[in-house]
Amino acid sequence: MLAGVPVTQAADIIGTITLNGTPPPEVPYTPLMNDPTCGAMYKTAPTTHFYAVGPNRELADVIVSLKDVTGKSTGANQPPVTLDQKGCLYVPQILAIQTGQKLVVKNSDSCIHNVHCVPAVSGNPESNQVQMPGGADLTYTFSKPEMFMKFKCDVHPWMFAWVSVIDSPYYGISDQAGKFVIKNVPPGKYTVQADHRKLGTLTKEVEVKDTDVTVNFAFDVK
Amino acid sequence: MSENAPVKINRSLHWYAMLTAFFTFLLLGAGGLVTSHEAGMSVPNWPNSFDYNMFLFPPSKWIGGIFYEHTHRLIASGVGLMTTILAVWVWLKDSRRWMHWVGTAAFLLVVAQGVLGGLRVVLADAQLGIFHAIIGQLFFVLTAAIALFTSRWWQNWENFQHPTFNKQQPTVGDRPHAGKLDVGCSLRRLVLLTTILIFCQLVIGASMRQQHAGLSIPDFPLAYGKIWPDTSTAAVQSYNEHRMNVIAENPITAFQIVLQMVHRLVALVIFVLIAACAWQAWRQLGRKDPLAKFALFWLILILGQALLGAATIWSNKAADVATAHVLGGALSLVTGALWYIIAFRRSAALPEIAPATTISGAYGGAPAMAANK
Repeated sequence: MLAGVPVTQAADIIGTITLNGTPPPEVPYTPLMNDPTCGAMYKTAPTTHFYAVGPNRELADVIVSLKDVTGKSTGANQPPVTLDQKGCLYVPQILAIQTGQKLVVKNSDSCIHNVHCVPAVSGNPESNQVQMPGGADLTYTFSKPEMFMKFKCDVHPWMFAWVSVIDSPYYGISDQAGKFVIKNVPPGKYTVQADHRKLGTLTKEVEVKDTDVTVNFAFDVK
Repeated sequence: MSENAPVKINRSLHWYAMLTAFFTFLLLGAGGLVTSHEAGMSVPNWPNSFDYNMFLFPPSKWIGGIFYEHTHRLIASGVGLMTTILAVWVWLKDSRRWMHWVGTAAFLLVVAQGVLGGLRVVLADAQLGIFHAIIGQLFFVLTAAIALFTSRWWQNWENFQHPTFNKQQPTVGDRPHAGKLDVGCSLRRLVLLTTILIFCQLVIGASMRQQHAGLSIPDFPLAYGKIWPDTSTAAVQSYNEHRMNVIAENPITAFQIVLQMVHRLVALVIFVLIAACAWQAWRQLGRKDPLAKFALFWLILILGQALLGAATIWSNKAADVATAHVLGGALSLVTGALWYIIAFRRSAALPEIAPATTISGAYGGAPAMAANK
């Protein structure tokens, strides 16, 4: 993440995200199954995963970043992040990039998709492009930080991805075990911010010195 | 030419105008399906469809949302062509000068509507979608009005005499009632007010649909289990956490919740007003009067529309139900508008008819009517 950036003293912020309470049950992609082309790819309907919760309440797909740390992006020097359209779904549905970093959108399906990017922050342009099966990859960069920018396909209106654009390299996404890492954070006091698309935002204050710092977050279903 | 002067009836023109209005109604349905299926941007370019001329786009590629958007464009093109022919036909064959301008207005409106629909796609501006939806409704009113104006019925002066005039004394229940030819000013104002309110309701409805956020309130007749829902930040956050929409997956806002509540309240007011219109029409004009029957039709229509509104929520905004609700709104608007136009025509045509209370005057008014001709 920080390749090419000189960091004299730095440490990682690590932690685990958990969810308290029972989220609503996920729902099947019925419209997907009703589509002749897309439905043929599945025996049973895939379901939404708004709440990717593990057996011990670990919560995935939470973006953890340092609040108000901006202007530190190294995105222009980082490798592109890939967003694929596969099985008439976006994979992954939650991802994060830095400002200036390339986002490459692929179409691995055998049908037409349109890639409709719908930013909410001024300065990040809305665009809507066709992507034929086997068509060339589409490349995007964004100059303004924005959480959960929507990518959608209007041909298949159940297809969504949510791309967060962060103006620094200091962020991580919680995995299936609910764990995240923000690497190589310079010493200092920070507000760590955890954002879940449905559950909102939690923050905690931390001080980073020369050793790793652990910060855990617990979201509540209201 | 005087409005009351004999006009050569062109039945073909009338039937063509009826057909144009019918296809406009279908077009509204096709547009409703586009929004209901969240397919408005599935064909990213305009006027071409992908890399094809719109009319040469292969049906094999009409998949998913493309089917709804592309068929909407094709039907719109057809209605545009039909309207152009209608406007030219009216210019050439209708001797009423004012009708030329009505036809021209229809032509200009359909062109503007087509361009607006295209700009909504090209500029990716959802706000334009609201205007596109509303102008579509107004255009439907205009085509229906042209169909009315070109009808034999409209142009036959005798139809603007009371249907029972000099034949049978009209009654209200068992009571004799004056055979009024005109429609009371207060009733006309009530219908006009109700029609304007329906239009406002359609604006609210279009605004709700163009939020692309699904149902902001998922239950009915209550709202989140209450008469008036909690719209605090914490409550809205909780609503969003529990929404599990597969499509239209935008988070809802307090504004959207309030907007749906306003939509519900305005619907109630409209129902009461239309019931009042029907009652007043029945009482003032007599139950056999065509306008009284038309008002009753309006009342039945609005009842069906209210049911469709409820069904839209109960079905979690199923695309076909939501679209039927849009069409019900269009029919309600057109019914009110045509009612008012007919009432205005009747009243303007026979200003000297005696008031309802002077039964003998009304029935003895034939010479005066003849003089009006």
